[in-house]
Amino acid sequence: MNRLALIIVAVFIFSGCSSLEPWVKPYERENLSDPIMNVARDPVQAGYYHHVFETRESARGAGAVTGGGCGCN
Amino acid sequence: MKLNRYRSIILFALTSALFFNSASQAAVLPEERIDLMVHSYDGGNVEVSGPAILVRTNVTSNTSVSYNYYVDNITSASIDVELGGSAYEEERTEQSLGIDFLNGKTTMNLSYTDSVENDYAANTLTVGISQDFFGDLSTLSMGFSQGTDSVSSRTGNNPRTFSAELSNITRQNYRLGFSQILTKNSTVSLGWETITDEATEQGGSGVTLNNPYRSYSYGTVGVNRNFAQEIYPNTRTSNALSIRGNYFVSSFKSAIHYEYRWFQDDWGIKANSLGLGYVHPVKNWELEFRWRYYDQGKADFYRDMFDFANQFTYMARDKELSAFTSTSMGVSASYKFAKNGWGWIDRGSLNVSYDLLTIEYDNFRDARESQSDATLAGAESLYNLNADVMQAYISIWY
Repeated sequence: MNRLALIIVAVFIFSGCSSLEPWVKPYERENLSDPIMNVARDPVQAGYYHHVFETRESARGAGAVTGGGCGCN
Repeated sequence: MKLNRYRSIILFALTSALFFNSASQAAVLPEERIDLMVHSYDGGNVEVSGPAILVRTNVTSNTSVSYNYYVDNITSASIDVELGGSAYEEERTEQSLGIDFLNGKTTMNLSYTDSVENDYAANTLTVGISQDFFGDLSTLSMGFSQGTDSVSSRTGNNPRTFSAELSNITRQNYRLGFSQILTKNSTVSLGWETITDEATEQGGSGVTLNNPYRSYSYGTVGVNRNFAQEIYPNTRTSNALSIRGNYFVSSFKSAIHYEYRWFQDDWGIKANSLGLGYVHPVKNWELEFRWRYYDQGKADFYRDMFDFANQFTYMARDKELSAFTSTSMGVSASYKFAKNGWGWIDRGSLNVSYDLLTIEYDNFRDARESQSDATLAGAESLYNLNADVMQAYISIWY
């Protein structure tokens, strides 16, 4: 039963992919390429915020930038 | 051993690039730019300030290199320092060198970061690869970092003498990301990162992944509060999942940013963070307003005050392992100059930024209060802090 469900899902996905076309054309991406659409558009500032939060919180990872060191006592 | 591991990773990245690459239309290299910044953090009797420089340039048509120099000048009389020693000053210097290589729709990067303080040295090697596909609407990325930290400490209250190495930490980061263009005005991305740490205690120091300056506390409520060196596990593994999105508001030519991150580790810490931002252009200016909320649960082995010394195998009172919430609200103003170029400059911007960071601890008490009045032990007021976070920087694209 599980195998049948898997096959149905697989067929659905792959048949969908075969007819799926990129729906935003290159000439429609002007707004997306505006620098303000990049939250880390200034890497020096993004890196600084990353350091400020990561030295004061236990959570880490899955951010936009990586860093090292402590400077946190 | 390590060299073999690095070689394997680089080889994997290059092989993956060849496998993925079916290129005709290219992704792009990061822009050539110079950023000069001064930064300042002032909160909880800790002041941190210094300069930062970032230079990025193309060395060939498909290779970009970057160099980052960053300094923290730290003056600290924090609550932790007041309880465990005396105020001090120190400097942390971080340098990074990176290279990005573009091949069709594939970007590969390699970077090395070195951070040095008198009592802490860290270095990290990072390798990553990203691939555009599906008409460049989708991007898949993955990365790996290998880091090593060497931990020592000031001896006694002398700020100029330091111990031998107390702990040696190795760290691996595994990252996976997926970005998708949803519409002609919106994008979304998912990120996953697993990080593992393993510390090796040196010379019977008792220090593993803990900060050697921090202590746990034990005693009897209303009677006394004593302190002893924290005892941490020597390993830690954490997982984080993030979702980020950007939306372009056509009517104002502005942008909305949002992000959520879920976090959990094997020390029992769970955390969530939520961020919102809005960027609005006005002629030559660009204004940004942002808000971030962070909520964290405590580690399994954290207590503000234990009943007696060595009560458990692991014992911590580091406020970063306590339960707390933090909120930051910020605003930035950016002035664009030389928009049509000026000499060798393509364009530039002058930027100032301010954030108010507030942290409210749920189970970390201000133990300074019971230093003069022992009857307050374990019943001190909960600690909180406000911090002013500022940056000013100039960016030049060329």
